Amino acid sequence: MKSKNYFVKRIGYSLLTLWMILTLNFFLFRMLPGDPIRLLFSDPRVPIETLDKLKAQYGLDGSLLQQYGLYLANVAKGELGTSFVYNTPVSEILAERLVNTVILLLPATILSILMGCSLGIIAALKNGRTADFICLSLSQLLWATPVFWLGLLFMLFAGNLLPLAGMETAGASFDSWWARAMDIGRHMAMPMITLSLVMLGQYAIIMRNSLIDVLTEDYMLVAKAKGFSRTRQLFSHALPNAALPVMTLAAMNLGLLIGGAIQTETVFTWPGVGRLVFDALISRDYPVLQGAFLVISVCALIANLMADLLYKQIDPRLEL
Amino acid sequence: MIIEGAFSTIKQINKMGMVGMVMLLALIGIAVFAPFLAPYDPYDLTDLGEIMQGPDARHWLGTDEIGRDLFSLIIYGARISLLIGFSCAFISIFIGTIVGLLSGYFGGWLDDVLMRITDLFIVIPRLPLVLITVAVLGPSLFNTILVIGVLIWAGTARIIRVQTMSLKKRQFVDRARSLGASHFHIVRRHILPNVMPLVFANTVLVVATSIYLESTISFLGLGDPTHISWGMILHYAFVSLAMTFEAYWYLVPPGVMIILAVLSFTMCGYAFDEVLNPRLRRRQ
Repeated sequence: MKSKNYFVKRIGYSLLTLWMILTLNFFLFRMLPGDPIRLLFSDPRVPIETLDKLKAQYGLDGSLLQQYGLYLANVAKGELGTSFVYNTPVSEILAERLVNTVILLLPATILSILMGCSLGIIAALKNGRTADFICLSLSQLLWATPVFWLGLLFMLFAGNLLPLAGMETAGASFDSWWARAMDIGRHMAMPMITLSLVMLGQYAIIMRNSLIDVLTEDYMLVAKAKGFSRTRQLFSHALPNAALPVMTLAAMNLGLLIGGAIQTETVFTWPGVGRLVFDALISRDYPVLQGAFLVISVCALIANLMADLLYKQIDPRLEL
Repeated sequence: MIIEGAFSTIKQINKMGMVGMVMLLALIGIAVFAPFLAPYDPYDLTDLGEIMQGPDARHWLGTDEIGRDLFSLIIYGARISLLIGFSCAFISIFIGTIVGLLSGYFGGWLDDVLMRITDLFIVIPRLPLVLITVAVLGPSLFNTILVIGVLIWAGTARIIRVQTMSLKKRQFVDRARSLGASHFHIVRRHILPNVMPLVFANTVLVVATSIYLESTISFLGLGDPTHISWGMILHYAFVSLAMTFEAYWYLVPPGVMIILAVLSFTMCGYAFDEVLNPRLRRRQ
């Protein structure tokens, strides 16, 4: 009963946060100087009557509150406006770019978790010794490294090995889907390694601290007393418990991921949401920025909620 | 706040803090004495060298695409990075401390409202929010500082709130209240001095975050073009395709400086945190 209450409460809070995100998104873009119609048609030759008509058409002649209501209604219908630059619906652009970002981020996340956890396990097992110190220093160094700079370094020192820009070879035609996938894979290698290296540090440190904690638990002593091999102690007793914080971190890291994606996609010209945000920032394509910001925030909100609910599910000891 | 507790013994922590402190003092020295240390004035565009030139005796770190001396640019860059770091931290800590104190001390509906707002700022990905807000307000040094400072206080508020809630239940607060002290007096004289160490440790970490954010904003072309920062140097390096010129002297040093600055603050921060806040000490 208690856990059911917890679920309801978390979901309620998330809905409240969703409303706050929408409100912030609406008013943030209202801080822009001038009105949206003037931004769209900056040509002074456009007569005032046309502008007024357009204003009425877009519902911009109403009060701020009416406009806010209209915005909420449009978002509910999935209408996010039209891009100034591409002149196509923002929702279509976002859907296409989101796929490309997921193609890049999913393998990068898995890679960083695998590498980070391995590093963390080594550090925990060698707790307090030189290997531990090296693992920790490396993690902290990677954590402080700007993502975009690491990308630039890769371009500088490994520029001849792999393609560094775009997602596919421009103008190429492929015989099979496999050849195309291989081409995308080659383009993906550099941005993926950059992203996963920068994220690795966090996972390593969480894994290390969590495993050190678990290794002092009574059930580890029991496992040892039962005469299990060290490998079995580690893999079937320690790691499943130590992995819990890593899972939550992975789910909550979406915010960090998106930030990293903006930098990586910009440096390597990867056609995802991050590069879209960068291009829109440069060309001041406000409808795209507004739409992208909404999608990014909602993704992060969902990830946070999932992490909360998941944590409760996989660790029933928790009293929340 | 992931790294806290990473270095597990106090001895290690202190050593780390010392290293961080030395690095930090060196950085501050560079920033303060920039005009004496830099061989050229990077804001003076009449005294230019050859463009995209590698390191030599005249230009220790070579020159950029308009012939400015990179060694001097890097030295001057320390000023903006530290200025941004400290100013943002000041704004953010100010807001975070007030929100945390109000929320933790008064509780009830005020706590609910403030914590929901805090949640919002914790959930929304930081970089897109900062980038878009700067784009909307227009890029300038002032706006960069304001936006970073106003948007990253949420973590501080949470920490201060928890600490305030536990302090509020202590006897010396009860005593003050029974003597008829006002809320303002209790918060100012009894709660605030006790959360100050935590505020201080947190400030150092927020400085690191601000420096990191500023360099990213500037790199992505939303910095103030009239001021030199390390992120801005890298922005021009990227735009002028320094990678294809293999201009390692242009690309490597600014990034190294950002890392050193961020690390020096985080190392000090974790050391303070661990020493001032015994509850953070982990099991061995």
